[in-house]
Amino acid sequence: MSKLAELNTDDLKDLYRELILDHARNPRNFGPLRSATHRARGANPLCGDTLELYLELDADEVVRAARFEGTGCAISLASASLLTETVAGLPRHLALQWFEQVTASLTGGRSEFDLGKLMALQGVREFPARVKCATLPWHTMRSAFQQQATTATTTTE
Amino acid sequence: MSHATLAFDKNALDVRSDFPSLTQSVNGQTLVYLDSAASAQQPNTVIEAVQQYHEHDHANVHRGVHSLSHRATEAYEGARDKLCGFLNAASRREIVLTSGTTESINLVAQSFCRPRISAGEQILITHMEHHSNIVPWQILCEQTGAELVVAPIDNRGQLDTDALRELLTEKVFLLAIGHVSNALGSVNPVREIISWAKDLDIPVLVDGAQAVPHMAVDVKDLDCDFYAFSGHKMLGPTGTGVLYGREALLEDMPPWQGGGDMILEVRFDGTVYNDLPYKFEAGTPNISGVVGLGSAVDYLQAIGLTRIAQHEQALLEYMTGQLAGIDGLRLIGTAREKASVQSFLVDDIHPHDLGTILDHQGVAIRTGHHCAMPVMDFFNVPGTARASLALYNDRDDIDRLVAAIRKAQEIFA
Ligand SMILES: Cc1ncc(COP(=O)(O)O)c(C=O)c1O
Repeated sequence: MSKLAELNTDDLKDLYRELILDHARNPRNFGPLRSATHRARGANPLCGDTLELYLELDADEVVRAARFEGTGCAISLASASLLTETVAGLPRHLALQWFEQVTASLTGGRSEFDLGKLMALQGVREFPARVKCATLPWHTMRSAFQQQATTATTTTE
Repeated sequence: MSHATLAFDKNALDVRSDFPSLTQSVNGQTLVYLDSAASAQQPNTVIEAVQQYHEHDHANVHRGVHSLSHRATEAYEGARDKLCGFLNAASRREIVLTSGTTESINLVAQSFCRPRISAGEQILITHMEHHSNIVPWQILCEQTGAELVVAPIDNRGQLDTDALRELLTEKVFLLAIGHVSNALGSVNPVREIISWAKDLDIPVLVDGAQAVPHMAVDVKDLDCDFYAFSGHKMLGPTGTGVLYGREALLEDMPPWQGGGDMILEVRFDGTVYNDLPYKFEAGTPNISGVVGLGSAVDYLQAIGLTRIAQHEQALLEYMTGQLAGIDGLRLIGTAREKASVQSFLVDDIHPHDLGTILDHQGVAIRTGHHCAMPVMDFFNVPGTARASLALYNDRDDIDRLVAAIRKAQEIFA
């Protein structure tokens, strides 16, 4: 191994934290949602992955359930999984505020919220090519709320 | 690294030091570049030829009496002559300079096919084509009512040549086929396939983007009608490419774009188009890029494409063997005849994550669908990781790749 400089894997460990790997291996709320009132598809044109996000809103516009399905890298699966946990039970306007806060924090800005578990996604800030993987589920959620017929991609920010 | 790699490799080429970009560190490690199928790195001579052009000879081509314009024209047209020799074309009139494979194929679709094809006639392609040998034909079919027909591949990523032969009927207007698949590395037996098409008078376009950097291509021997490729995959600059076309066919084709350079006389009551190949080169071309491309041809020929092919074949075998030895790694694309490319998947690690972890160790590979989504659909995967070789790679690169994949497996374990 003499030719190799010592490999510094701190950044990598920061990106692939245990929590991220756990959610990627066992995504929560994975699968279709029959009772969905809102849904959208998110596509990452770079890797060809797509995810389908389902929301069930009640008459008061509170998210009763959030589920997703699709293929993706560890970052996007974990982000989607965490998203479904985060927004379940939130009124629409608050869920949308989470969208703003999370995407801002992942793209270099600051969040006014205590992001809790979602802080685990912060490792992507050191990996510019991967920020879109983390933000895609959130953009897809916004599309779902807007009931946009089009596919969300992270390129239309 | 390991002692095995110190073993004498009779096919090794010692050209790495010709490529300045390969001496850099990425994330603290010497770069291992295994993404040449996307874009190859450039040797000193190409970089210097482009710089020399910019520093001394830059002017517009074909339009000035002054010295610089003359020199620019000589350099540009000199590159065309080199490309003519490179392909063993019958005449420089058959070498149309384009911005790349994509433009070359679109030119054939719009100028050769569109004016003549009838509704119900077919364009035959294969399941392993790059999007740029699919979408131009879909556009043509929408414009004309022609039909796109796709020859199947098998589980190893090989073309089903029997099926293709059956699909070659008098309804086929043109066969457009890749020489080497960018996603799978499969080499198609284009020479034989072209001979079948010729028996039925069906013209053939070959997408040679992944072939020209890796093997000697002789368009006379292949007997193809069109051959398309890009400069940036054969050690040249981006924004350059070639459409080889059989002279008799090019003669009969209308211009593809209108503008300067492609005309002899312009009057408001009628315009006379320029001769071949200029009829297809409207506007000021990518002169410096073409100069670099000419230099890339010189470089490849000086080393010799036969030697390059031998080196890369030996290295590909080594790489495939090493990858196959990794537990939980699945090779995608195991055709009998292959060149320079190996796609693969590692259990429980998405290609995108693998790409990030490899990059972190200085190893550059491509991950994703490789602009060949139908191939991904065929194998029922969203994408793959792909390592692709060029003449400057060696066994150390492969060992670094393997070590980096094992590291990724540790992180995801
Ligand atoms: C087989 C094949 N055809 C066509 C292309 C398109 O080449 P370009 O983007 O240079 O036009 C590529 C490049 O990725 C390719 O690999």
